[in-house]
Amino acid sequence: MNALFGGMLIGFAALILMLVNGRIAGISGILTGALKPRPGDGWRFAFLLGLIGSGFTLTTLGWVTRPELTTSTPLMLIAGFLVGLGAYLGNGCTSGHGICGLGRLSTRSLAATAVFMATAVLTAILFHG
Amino acid sequence: MKSLLAFVVALLSGILFGAGFFLSGMADPAKVIGFLDLTGLFDGRWDPSLMLVMAGALAVYLPGFHFLVKPRLAAQAAPLAAQSYHLPRRTRIDRRLLSGSALFGLGWGIAGICPGPALANLGSGSLSVLLFVAAMLVGIKTGCALKPREATPESVQAN
Repeated sequence: MNALFGGMLIGFAALILMLVNGRIAGISGILTGALKPRPGDGWRFAFLLGLIGSGFTLTTLGWVTRPELTTSTPLMLIAGFLVGLGAYLGNGCTSGHGICGLGRLSTRSLAATAVFMATAVLTAILFHG
Repeated sequence: MKSLLAFVVALLSGILFGAGFFLSGMADPAKVIGFLDLTGLFDGRWDPSLMLVMAGALAVYLPGFHFLVKPRLAAQAAPLAAQSYHLPRRTRIDRRLLSGSALFGLGWGIAGICPGPALANLGSGSLSVLLFVAAMLVGIKTGCALKPREATPESVQAN
């Protein structure tokens, strides 16, 4: 049930950003824009502060458990690089395409989501299966 | 006043995203891998619960977008605290979209971490996550160098 409620919380968070700020809540897009800010990009930093700050607060207060990370450092570096490069070239990630894009019934996002789900499943089977 | 509202709502949205990642299990790479690794189907290890994350998010966002945002777009109204809606205008499914998404899935499948949960986990003080985020930023910058940003994330929808 937590997965469903957590998902609804994410959907609500994405919806208010669209309603009030007129922005798609794609984490990689927000981050990319913040790397080279333009006038009027202050909201990006507010969003990122909230995202990083809530993780910090929740784990520090002990309300949620710190996830165990077992992936080796070299693989973490490779995975991080691929996630960043892929999200940039593909114009979005799990949040931008998988939630906001599908929620808008965008065919580009449907294609992107189908492709990254398929490669993620294949890769996870290869590395962890 | 409006820019303050925009700032506060963006902050709140970020906070709720972080809470949603932790509550749903998306912030836990082991859980994500347990969902993506379908070989678990054969020995009962498969954890399907993360499907509910996307279902829950879409159950809120999809009707919200269609009943609350779309009428405003049609009426050429502005968002509550911004000049205009920023929505992608491109509709073509091109090689760049598909190859980028394939690379993204490759990285996601290796570590079980995508950009949102990576940032939400930064505050937990893990060096491993810090390195992931640093590499992710290098990846974005590499993408910027290969293909300039002008043609990318969002283009302004004139309203």
